[in-house]
Amino acid sequence: MDSKEKEILQLIEENSRIAVDTLAKMVDLSEEETVTIIKKLEEQKVILGYSAVIDWTKVTETETVTAMIDVKVTPKRGVGFDDVAERIYRFPEVRALYLMSGAYDLSVVIEGKTMNEIARFVSQKLSTIDSVLSTTTHFQLKKYKHDGVVFSDGEEDQRIVITP
Amino acid sequence: MTPRTKGIRTSKLVNEIQPSGIRKFFDLASSMDNIISLGVGEPDFITPWSVREACISSLERGYTAYTANAGMLELRVEISNYLKKQFQLPYDPKNEIIVTVGASEALDIALRAIVDPGDEVIVVEPTFVSYAPLVTLAGGKPVSVGTSVEANFRLMPEQLRAAITPMTKAIMVSFPNNPTGSTMNYDELEAIAKIVEEYDLLVISDEIYAEMTYDGNHASIANIPGMRERTIIISGFSKAFAMTGWRLGFVIAPSDITSAMLKIHQYTMMCASTMAQHAAIEALQNGMDDVGKMVQSYKQRRNYFVKSFDEIGLPCHVPGGAFYAFPSIKNTGLTSDQFAEQLLLTERVAVVPGHVFGSGGEGHIRCSYATSLDNLKEAVTRIDRFINTLK
Repeated sequence: MDSKEKEILQLIEENSRIAVDTLAKMVDLSEEETVTIIKKLEEQKVILGYSAVIDWTKVTETETVTAMIDVKVTPKRGVGFDDVAERIYRFPEVRALYLMSGAYDLSVVIEGKTMNEIARFVSQKLSTIDSVLSTTTHFQLKKYKHDGVVFSDGEEDQRIVITP
Repeated sequence: MTPRTKGIRTSKLVNEIQPSGIRKFFDLASSMDNIISLGVGEPDFITPWSVREACISSLERGYTAYTANAGMLELRVEISNYLKKQFQLPYDPKNEIIVTVGASEALDIALRAIVDPGDEVIVVEPTFVSYAPLVTLAGGKPVSVGTSVEANFRLMPEQLRAAITPMTKAIMVSFPNNPTGSTMNYDELEAIAKIVEEYDLLVISDEIYAEMTYDGNHASIANIPGMRERTIIISGFSKAFAMTGWRLGFVIAPSDITSAMLKIHQYTMMCASTMAQHAAIEALQNGMDDVGKMVQSYKQRRNYFVKSFDEIGLPCHVPGGAFYAFPSIKNTGLTSDQFAEQLLLTERVAVVPGHVFGSGGEGHIRCSYATSLDNLKEAVTRIDRFINTLK
């Protein structure tokens, strides 16, 4: 991958809504070249999607509960952890899933409307999978930073209007 | 003895110099709301957190006393390593580096250490507004040499030769340059160095924007054989590490010159602030990734901004460094003062008229792109609307 492609990826990751003409100027390419690169990266599944980071706590009526669940599993012969991982990540409630080193095997991030909804998911769907040996659920109390984005109003520009 | 003139309380030297031309626009812009400011000569990033944290930690541990006059040796060693690694400039941390209160103090003590009354110092313009007044305050006579957009604001050897007189002591250069963003490469500096050697001059080379060199590597005139002995390099943490308010700079030079500068520094400043020096050590040890990210962002914004200026009909040479665009406004028929004032009043975009940066600056405006992309886009839209009303 060349440096222009990496540069485009970094800029899109920072702001996926950036206009193509702006992006093209920033990386010093033509619009056509930029569009071609983005399309290629989409086709190669390097760009998997475009999403927004939203602070849902600022949107009343739409409050959600997020939990991180440590899962211990028995890996299966031939497929290791992949098989059980696939069974888990197919649930729409699962926002993220990672294979971990250390005290447990899988880290599952779940999002639901209520704590009860998450409890139901853990007891009825996750724990009942054959390979799952145990689960430990941690509820997220407050989001300070997510995906590199700080959940606050940020620091104001303190600079005076004109400086030497 | 000539009796002093009664009723005049301030010194002749101070009376000789004018307030900065930027001041007028600062006063005007400060009185208005909702301004998009392209007039800011400092990074829009906040100092990296680990550097801020190192300062807090310094205070927590009770480092509130003076340091050595030249700065903490640990910091000077870091500066020495940094200069060697980044710019292939070997300097002895013990006696060739002084930590100063910003690059501004470094400029001041450099000039006061080398200038005798009546000495001429060539100031290559357009450039930072402080140089000529600092020469005057040091008792010298600033001699302006203007560069032009046609020469990409580089100093031409024949211009330098023409400005040299028997009284010339030194030349002041700054690349990458504020306000033009112009840079000079090794070969171009070599041609200047030959003349400097021929006339036995000194060079004060302000390289505060060295990290912000976008196309190719930064070249220091001190890299050229024979020039290390006659060059005083000014630098600091303000621009590269987004530490303008910390007031922390450094000056490097051969030891006979640093020992002269140290006398002035020790009697005026004593030493730079201790907690800022601790923060600077952290900046040099662990801050280079942050510098890289900031520089990449400036480069992207430069690309966007310069292309946009060209599109709306304000020809802009491509600045190789710093974070300023210096587009020409000659085809509007306005002076840079008129342009800046009318733009501010009608579209609320603050830029700095080029003439305040000295000879060669008229017909241009300085626009800092150290601001958000959204601000840059909106500024371009407004400037475009403004110049269309002039047609």
